[in-house]
Amino acid sequence: MTLGLSLGIVTGYLLFALAVGLVAYRVSEATAEDYYLANRSIGTVVLLFTTFATLLSAFTFFGGPNLAFAAGPEWLIVMGTIDGVLFAVLWYAIGYKQWLIGNRNGYVTLGEMLGDRFGSVGLRALVAGVSLLWLFPYVMLQQMGAGEALVGLTGGAVPYWGGAALITTFMILYVVLAGMRGVAWTDTVQGLFMLSVVWIAAAWVVSAVGGVGTATGAMLDARPDFGSFGGGTYTPGFIISTAITIAFGVTMFPQINQRFFVAKSGGTLKRSFVLWPVLVLLLFLPAFMLGAWAVGMPVEVPEGANVLPVVLNEYTPTWFAALVIAGAVAAMMSSSDSMLLSGSSYFTRDVYRPVINADASERREAWIARVGVAAFALLAFIASLFRPGTLIEVGDTAFSGFALLALPVICALYWDRTTRTGMIAGVLVPQIAYLAVVLSAVVGAVPTLPRTVAGGWDVALGLMVLSAALTVGVSLVTAPTADSDASRFAVTGD
Amino acid sequence: MSRSRRDLVWIPTFAVLVAFAVPWPLWGVDRVVAGLPVWIWWHVAWLGLCTVLFSRFVESGAWERGMGRRPESENGSALGGDRR
Repeated sequence: MTLGLSLGIVTGYLLFALAVGLVAYRVSEATAEDYYLANRSIGTVVLLFTTFATLLSAFTFFGGPNLAFAAGPEWLIVMGTIDGVLFAVLWYAIGYKQWLIGNRNGYVTLGEMLGDRFGSVGLRALVAGVSLLWLFPYVMLQQMGAGEALVGLTGGAVPYWGGAALITTFMILYVVLAGMRGVAWTDTVQGLFMLSVVWIAAAWVVSAVGGVGTATGAMLDARPDFGSFGGGTYTPGFIISTAITIAFGVTMFPQINQRFFVAKSGGTLKRSFVLWPVLVLLLFLPAFMLGAWAVGMPVEVPEGANVLPVVLNEYTPTWFAALVIAGAVAAMMSSSDSMLLSGSSYFTRDVYRPVINADASERREAWIARVGVAAFALLAFIASLFRPGTLIEVGDTAFSGFALLALPVICALYWDRTTRTGMIAGVLVPQIAYLAVVLSAVVGAVPTLPRTVAGGWDVALGLMVLSAALTVGVSLVTAPTADSDASRFAVTGD
Repeated sequence: MSRSRRDLVWIPTFAVLVAFAVPWPLWGVDRVVAGLPVWIWWHVAWLGLCTVLFSRFVESGAWERGMGRRPESENGSALGGDRR
C-alpha cells in the first residue's frame, strides 16, 4: 500500500510537471527563438528560478547530502562558495557581457556567438561538440540519481534501472512536447516547491531527533572529525580546485550559458545576481546538513542508495517522503530537459546546419532535434546502467570538462586581439588532454592517468591555466583572419 | 573619471568575497555555536554579506560602467535599469 502511494505520488507529480510544460507550450510561438529562448522575454523570478533549478540537479540534491554524509558538512562551504559567490561574479563577467552581445546580434548559442565573431564554422562546431560531449555524463548523472532515489524511497522494491528508465521517459516526452518556455515555467514551480519542502523536511527531521543542537551533538558523537573545518577529503587543494572548476564549468553548461541570452532586460539579470547567494544558501544549508546529521541518526543507508530518501523515510510520513523525492526527481527531469533542449539547439544550429546540411528545412531541423534528444537520452540511460562512479565523481568530470572552455571564452569576450587560431588551440588542446585523463580511467588497456595531484589538486585546474595560456600565446603569434570581426562583441555605442 | 576609478575597488572586493566565502581562518576549529559548527555560521553570514555588497555594486552603477556603458538610471534608486 505505502509502495503504491509512493509511486503514485512520484508519477503523479511528474505528470503534473508535464502538464505545466504543455500549457506553457500552447502560449509559445513556433520559432527557434521562442523554442530555445522563450523570445528573450524571461523576467526576474522565472530567470532566477530557471537558473536555480538547472543547478538543482541530482548533483546538488542527492550527491551533495551523500558526500556530506560520507565526508562531512564542509561540502556546504564548497558548494556555497562555488554557486553562491564565484558563480555570481562570473554571472556578471560572462553572463551580462554575453547578454549584451547576444541581444545586439541575436545569438542563441555560445558556439554561434564565437563562430560569428571569429568567422569560423569550425570553431562554432568545435564549441558545440565539446559541450555535447560533457553534457552526456551530466544527463547520465540525473538518471543515476533518479534510479538511486527510487531505490532509497521504496526500499529496493523499484530497481535502480526502473527509476532511471522512468526519468528518461519523462525527459524525452517533455523536451519533445515543450520548449524553453515550458521548461522555464516548470523550473520556477519546482524551484519554489523544492525550496519549501526541503525546509519542511529539515524542520520535521530535526524536531523528531530533538532539535538542531541534539542533531549536531549526535553527529559529532558518531564522527568527531565532522565538527572541525577541513581535514579528510577536504584539503585546501580539493576545496579550491573543486570550487574553481565547478564554478567556471557551470557558466559553460549549455543550459546555463543559454540562460544568459534569455533575460528580458538587464535589470532582470541584476536582480537575479543580487538574490543569488541567499537563494543558493537557502537550498544548500538544509539539504547538506540533513546529509551530515544523518551520520548521528539510527538509520541504515543501503549500498548504492541516497541518504536523503532514507532519512525522510525514517522520520517523516511516507506521503511526505514521496513528495520530496517526487519534487527532486521532477527537478532533475527539468534540469535534464534544459540540458537536452540546449544540447539539441547546439547540435542543430552549430553542427547540423552549418556543417552537415545547410539547406535543411525548418521541419527537418525540428525533426532532427527531437530524434537527437531521444537518442542522446537513451544512450545516456544505457551508460547510466553501468554506474561508472559516484554522483559527485561523474558530475565533477562533466564540470571540469566544461570549465576548460571558460577561459578562452572570457579571453574572446574581453580581449579584441584574440584570434581564431588562438581560440581553437586554447579549446582543443586542453580538451584532448583532459579526455585522455578521463578515458584512461575507463579503458582497461591503458594505465590510468591521475585525476588529482599533490593532495587533491585537480589536473583540470592546471589544464584551465593551459587553456588560457594557449589562447593568449597563440593569439599573439597569429594574425586575425579576414573573416573575424572584433566589433561583433562591442557593447557600447549604437 | 573618478567614478570609474572608484569602481576599481570592486575588483579586490569581489576577490575577497570569493576567497573568504571559505572560512580559512577557522581551519581546524571545532567549536559549536547555536547548534552548528561555528564555521558554518561564518559561511552563512558571508553569503548574506555578498548579497548586500552585490546590491551595492548594482545600485552604484558600477555594474554598467564595468561593461563600458552608462548607467541607465543615474540616481540608481532601485536595482533598476529595465524600462517597464
